[in-house]
Amino acid sequence: MKCIIIDDEATARTIIRQLCLSANNLNVVEEFPNAIQAIKYLNKNQVDLIFLDIHMPDFTGFDFIETLKTPPKIIITTSDRNLAIEAFEYDCIVDFLVKPIELPRFLKAIKKVEKTLSKKQIESTSVNEEKSDHELYVNIDRRLIKIDIPSIYLIEAKGDYIQVKTETKNYIVHSTLKKIEDKLPENSFLKVHRSYIINIKKIIDIEDNSVLIKKDIIPVSRSNRPELMKRLNLL
Amino acid sequence: MEKPNLTYIHNLSGGDKEFKKKIISIIKEEYPEEINEYYTNFNLKNYSIAATNVHKLKHKISILGLEESYEIAAEYENNLKEGNSILSDKFEIILQNITDYLITL
Repeated sequence: MKCIIIDDEATARTIIRQLCLSANNLNVVEEFPNAIQAIKYLNKNQVDLIFLDIHMPDFTGFDFIETLKTPPKIIITTSDRNLAIEAFEYDCIVDFLVKPIELPRFLKAIKKVEKTLSKKQIESTSVNEEKSDHELYVNIDRRLIKIDIPSIYLIEAKGDYIQVKTETKNYIVHSTLKKIEDKLPENSFLKVHRSYIINIKKIIDIEDNSVLIKKDIIPVSRSNRPELMKRLNLL
Repeated sequence: MEKPNLTYIHNLSGGDKEFKKKIISIIKEEYPEEINEYYTNFNLKNYSIAATNVHKLKHKISILGLEESYEIAAEYENNLKEGNSILSDKFEIILQNITDYLITL
């Protein structure tokens, strides 16, 4: 089960992560100190379960739920016992855990989630994730050609087409950067310019506003540079 | 005055020393920031915001096994929401108790 943690308190996030280790089939894919960052993540990613704090500055947990069109299952984690009645007005809320959360109570909540989520749903999320992380099928001359995603190092927009460059071969595909961007794993690929998506794992070096990737020098737009720098393991 | 303890953290760790070290270090880093935020809002008489600070601090109080202190903090949080700061002295003693304990870890 893919899950995320939303809590403005680092201590609480660390405790929930630790509790998740004791449950089978729980994979914490991300954690967020506020709901806004989580909304951005959920616009592009799917999860089965959210551990959600209610009292957060600016945007409460309930505000957050209201923004979700199709919310996944949610477990409320809070120090406020009084919110329980309000919480159960939301169908997506499966359980309500009062901090400090004890392990047996936590595991009981997870069982409740497992019961409500059909096995099929859980498998479907995992399968989709596996697919998008490893391979991509593109339509070229009425043939569906499989491209190994980790081998892609650069994608360039060329009018109504995109050029996908891999370690072994280049492909011209009738598509857009936006469409392919949605299919690529976020942790490896980044749009650095309106015409280029790069695989950040294949970068050779970065100089001023360009990156060298294989033999290609790719411009990095000013607006995308901070995100690129954030992704690098800088010494 | 009840003494803080690491029973909850110990049980949660399941013997994982790295986790214990990590969570204590996070608490030691986060707690002074939360206290400062509380005092700033309290001194400015921003009681409703100070109540949210107390709410957050309640978690640390409970993690450290301070059950009576937790009840006082919960009552104080409700009081602050109504603009009443009558339990502030008691709450400050709780904060100092935790500060003194964290120094020893």
